[in-house]
Amino acid sequence: MTTPVLNVQGISKHFGGLQALSEVGMTIQAGQVYGLIGPNGAGKTTFFNVITGLYSPDSGSFELAGKPYQPKAVHEVAKAGIARTFQNIRLFAEMTALENVMVGRHVRTGSGLLGAIFRSKAFRAEEAAIEQRAQELLAYVGIGELSDYKARTLSYGDQRRLEIARALATDPQLIALDEPAAGMNATEKVQLRELIDRIRHDGRTILLIEHDVKLVMGLCDAVTVLDYGKQIAQGTPAQVQADPKVIEAYLGTGEH
Amino acid sequence: MANTSATPLIRYALWAVLLLLLPLGLQTIGNGWVRIADMALLYVMLALGLNIVVGYAGLLDLGFVAFFAVGAYMFGLLASPHLTDTFPLMAAMFPAGLHTPLWAVIPLGAGLAGLFGVLLGAPTLKLRGDYLAIVTLGFGEIIRVFMNNLDNPVNITNGPKGLGQIDAMTVMGHPLSRKLDLGFIELPGVTQYYYLFLLVVLVSALICYRLERSRIGRAWMAIREDEIAAKAMGLNTRDLKLMAFGMGAAFGGVAGVLFSSFQGFVSPESFSLMESVMIVAMVVLGGLGHLPGVILGAVLLSALPEVLRYVASPLQELTGGRLDAAILRQLLIALAMILIMLWRPRGLWPAPEHGKAMPADKRSA
Repeated sequence: MTTPVLNVQGISKHFGGLQALSEVGMTIQAGQVYGLIGPNGAGKTTFFNVITGLYSPDSGSFELAGKPYQPKAVHEVAKAGIARTFQNIRLFAEMTALENVMVGRHVRTGSGLLGAIFRSKAFRAEEAAIEQRAQELLAYVGIGELSDYKARTLSYGDQRRLEIARALATDPQLIALDEPAAGMNATEKVQLRELIDRIRHDGRTILLIEHDVKLVMGLCDAVTVLDYGKQIAQGTPAQVQADPKVIEAYLGTGEH
Repeated sequence: MANTSATPLIRYALWAVLLLLLPLGLQTIGNGWVRIADMALLYVMLALGLNIVVGYAGLLDLGFVAFFAVGAYMFGLLASPHLTDTFPLMAAMFPAGLHTPLWAVIPLGAGLAGLFGVLLGAPTLKLRGDYLAIVTLGFGEIIRVFMNNLDNPVNITNGPKGLGQIDAMTVMGHPLSRKLDLGFIELPGVTQYYYLFLLVVLVSALICYRLERSRIGRAWMAIREDEIAAKAMGLNTRDLKLMAFGMGAAFGGVAGVLFSSFQGFVSPESFSLMESVMIVAMVVLGGLGHLPGVILGAVLLSALPEVLRYVASPLQELTGGRLDAAILRQLLIALAMILIMLWRPRGLWPAPEHGKAMPADKRSA
C-alpha cells in the first residue's frame, strides 16, 4: 500500500465547554479528491483550521506523506506541503493576477535582499522562472489572458480560479479548498468542477470542504461527514449517501 | 521602434542635466536656495526609507525620525571632539581626535539604524494600524528623550546642548565645506553637498526600485494586502516585517549621517515628533508606495515651508504684524495638505493602475 498524503487520527479540540471536534480522523490517499461535509456548525472549519496550523488540537496525530507533521506556525504549513484557499476569497487585491501567483512561489524560492539589490545572475534567473511558472498556472486554471489585471477587478469565478492558481504555485502535496463553490451560480459550479477534476487528473490530491452535497458526491473518491464535531459516516459517496445517520443529520428525524 | 527606446533615454538625459545644473543656477541667487535643495534631497531619502515600511509593507510608522536621529548622533559622536573631550581614555586612543571617514560612516550608519529598526520593530510585530502607529510614535519620542538626557551621569550625547564641531564630509581629501575652485566656476560647500546628496538619493531610489520588483518586495506588498492570506502562502510575516523595518531604518540612518555632517551640529530638537509627521505626510500625500510620487511629495513638502517664508511676510504685514509669520506658515501648510487630500485623495502622483481594470463588458456576474 502506498503512503497516504495525509493521515490524521483522533483529533479533538474544544473551546471552553464546547467540544468542537471529538476523535476525528481521516486518511487521504494520493490522487484522491477527499470530501469533508456536514451541516452548519458541524466542525468542518475547525478541522480545517487544525490541519492548517491555525489552531493546535488538544489531542491527535498527524502524518503528512508518511512524515510526522505538527505545524507550529501558520506559515510553516505551506512549506510542509498543504496549500489552502479561503471560503471568503482572500486575494492580494491591489496586486495583479500574475503577482498574486508569483507570491505563491515565494515559499519554493530563496533569493533575498542582496540578490534583489544587486540583481545577481541567480536572482534574475529565479525571477524569470517564478514569472514563467506563474504565467503557466494562470493559463492552467483558465485565466491566462487576465494576468495584468488587478485581482480585485476580476469576476467572482475568476477570483476563485486565481486563488486556486496561487495555492498550486506553492507546489502542494495536498490542496485544501474551503467551500470553493460558495456563492457560485450553476455555470460557474460546472466550470469549477471541471477544474478540480483536471487538477486531480494531473496527480494532485485535494481536500474539499463543501456545503454543496451534489458537488461533493459527484467529485469525491471518499467522504467524511461531520455533525456536532463527531464523525458520523465515512466511505464512498454512495455509501455515505445511503447512511441513515447522514440523512438524519441533513434532513432531521421527522419526529417533531 | 528606435523612437520608443530613444524617448526615455532623452528624458533621462534631460533630467540628469536639469538636476546637475540646478544648484549652479540656485547658487547665483544665493546659497540659501541651494541649502533648501540640499534639505529637500535629505527628505527624499527619509521618505524613500519610510515608504518601504509604510508604502510596501503597510506598517504605519510614526516614529521614523528616531532612525534619522540614530544616524545623525552616530556620526556626531564619531567625528566631533565631544568623545575625546569628555573621556580621557578616548583622547589617549585617538590623539589626533576622532575623524571617521565617509566610506566607513555611511555603511555604519545604515547598519546601526537598521539594527535599531529591527529592535524597535520586534515588539510591535503583532500590532497593526492605529495601535502600531501609537507604539512607534512612542518609540520615536523615547529616542529623542534619550538624546536629551544622556548627558548625566556620563555625558554621552551632551544633552539639549547637542554636539557641535562635527566634521564635514571629506571626499578624496577635500572637505566639502571648503570652496572648490574648478577654474571656470567656483562651487561653495552647499553645492558640493548637493552633488553628494544627489548621488546617495539616486542610489537609494535605485535600491527601492529594485526591491519593489523582487521576491521580497512582492512579499511585503502581499502582507500589506492581506496578512492572513500571506501567512497561508507560507510567508514568514515576522521576518519579512523586521526586514522592512530594518531596511527602511537604514535609509533613515544614512540620511542622518549626511545631515549631521552637513549641519556640523546636532541636537535633540531636530528630531521632534513633528519631523516624523512631516515624513509620513510626504509619503502619503506624494503617493503611497509609488516612488516618483514619494519623491515629489518629499520635495514639495520640504520646499513648501521655505517658499512660504516669502508669502508669509507680506501676509503678516496685511494683518498689521499681529499674526506671527511662523504661525501663518503652518496654517498655509495645513491648508495645502487639506487641498491635496480633497483633490487627490490617493496622493499627488499615485501608482498608476499598473494592472488594468477589467473592461466592463468582460466582467461577468
